[in-house]
Amino acid sequence: MALSNWAVYSATLKRDLKLALRQKVDVVNPLFFYVLVIILFPIGIGPEPDLLQRVAPGVIWIAALLSTLLGVEKLFKEDYDDGVLEQLILSPVPLPVVVMAKMTAHWCTSGLPIILISPLLAAFLNVNASGLLAVILTLLVATPLLSIIAAIGAALTVGLQKGGVLISLLVLPLNIPILIFATSAVDNAMSNSPYNGQLAVLTAFLILAMMLGPFAVSSSLKVSVS
Amino acid sequence: MWKWLHPWAKAEKAYQLCGRLSPWFGIICLGLLVTGSVWGLLFAPPDYQQGESVRIIYIHVPASILSMGAYAAMTIAAFIALVWQIKMSELYIIAVAPIGIGFTLIALLTGAAWGKPMWGTWWVWDARLTSELILLFIYIGILALYNAFEDKNTAGKAVSIFTLVGSINLPIIHYSVVWWNTLHQGATVSKMGKPSMEMSMYWPLLMNIIGFGFLLAYLGCVRMQNQILLREKHRPWVKKMVMEGDNHAV
Repeated sequence: MALSNWAVYSATLKRDLKLALRQKVDVVNPLFFYVLVIILFPIGIGPEPDLLQRVAPGVIWIAALLSTLLGVEKLFKEDYDDGVLEQLILSPVPLPVVVMAKMTAHWCTSGLPIILISPLLAAFLNVNASGLLAVILTLLVATPLLSIIAAIGAALTVGLQKGGVLISLLVLPLNIPILIFATSAVDNAMSNSPYNGQLAVLTAFLILAMMLGPFAVSSSLKVSVS
Repeated sequence: MWKWLHPWAKAEKAYQLCGRLSPWFGIICLGLLVTGSVWGLLFAPPDYQQGESVRIIYIHVPASILSMGAYAAMTIAAFIALVWQIKMSELYIIAVAPIGIGFTLIALLTGAAWGKPMWGTWWVWDARLTSELILLFIYIGILALYNAFEDKNTAGKAVSIFTLVGSINLPIIHYSVVWWNTLHQGATVSKMGKPSMEMSMYWPLLMNIIGFGFLLAYLGCVRMQNQILLREKHRPWVKKMVMEGDNHAV
């Protein structure tokens, strides 16, 4: 019996979300890491409101980049270790759809909590109201992008014993353009200039990544499993 | 055409082809680089604004063009490796990546040396400089990924995928001077019809660019031979060649 793509997608998404919520540590730890990294900055560089406001976009975004990388090693690891991944590749369901669902699940457990807690942290860093909106918008557009790029790194290194540091080495350079556009959008917003351009470029990156990313990830997985 | 092209995908043939081509590439490269560099560094006129320090472009521009050219070649090889499953092009990626690192480093260092007297600073976080730095990190990532795998067949495939993913950076570097207002000047050489520089400066530069291209080809062939030998070291033809003692393939 052939399953529709949508059925495959929602079944995988449900399964992965259920698995993630059973191990709440995996969801809570990256979020906690995100909050801690941001809190370190006012302590480290001093609490002057003007200074904090100036570094806020960069701080928020670098913390988001790092905390997305924290959980990503596990994205395919457990399925690889217990053989589920091999069965998924062998099964007639299209692998890119499964991969897309897995990336969505990763975003729901890493990107979404970050977005939800960001307004509070932005207030800590003295970001004004228009900047706050830009922080949320850029995170909303670009955290799925981070999940997709991180998934490529995770898929390439899933067969390795110690892939953790290597993932960061592969993924962080590719994330630099995202960091540039996102922080410049927030900067512009805080000085009340338009930032549609940066947001449009980020959205274009996202669409491109959503189109090509699942295929890159699934062929990487096939390489890693074979 | 396929019948003609196909034998070269075999390791032994590819090894011999590299051995036959590399001396020619080496000679042409040496000729062009020596002529171009001597002409450019000693005889070409100094710039009316930048003075003598403009001469660094005879090294800087070729190195940075070829740092991207090497990556473009690797991208094509990665595509071929993934679509037609040709192992030789995986080896080619690994053979060229360190050369690419070299060219990128030369471009960054000469750029810094030029930036100090001209812009008054070694480094600015300008779009083109930053994206060239990202290119360097991607090259390093490729090598790190390749070395992380025990099984070099898997490593070759993984590297091909990563090379294709990283190629997104190439257009960003190339158009960074067009898209953003940056400190780095716009394109002068690639305006084909009428380059915006004096002809007496243009010719040595062009010679050096082509010379660096042949340098890439020469080093690529030599390193490709090494990679083939490393990968195929247990095959009978390698053993036979070593046993016979003389390198008749070259």
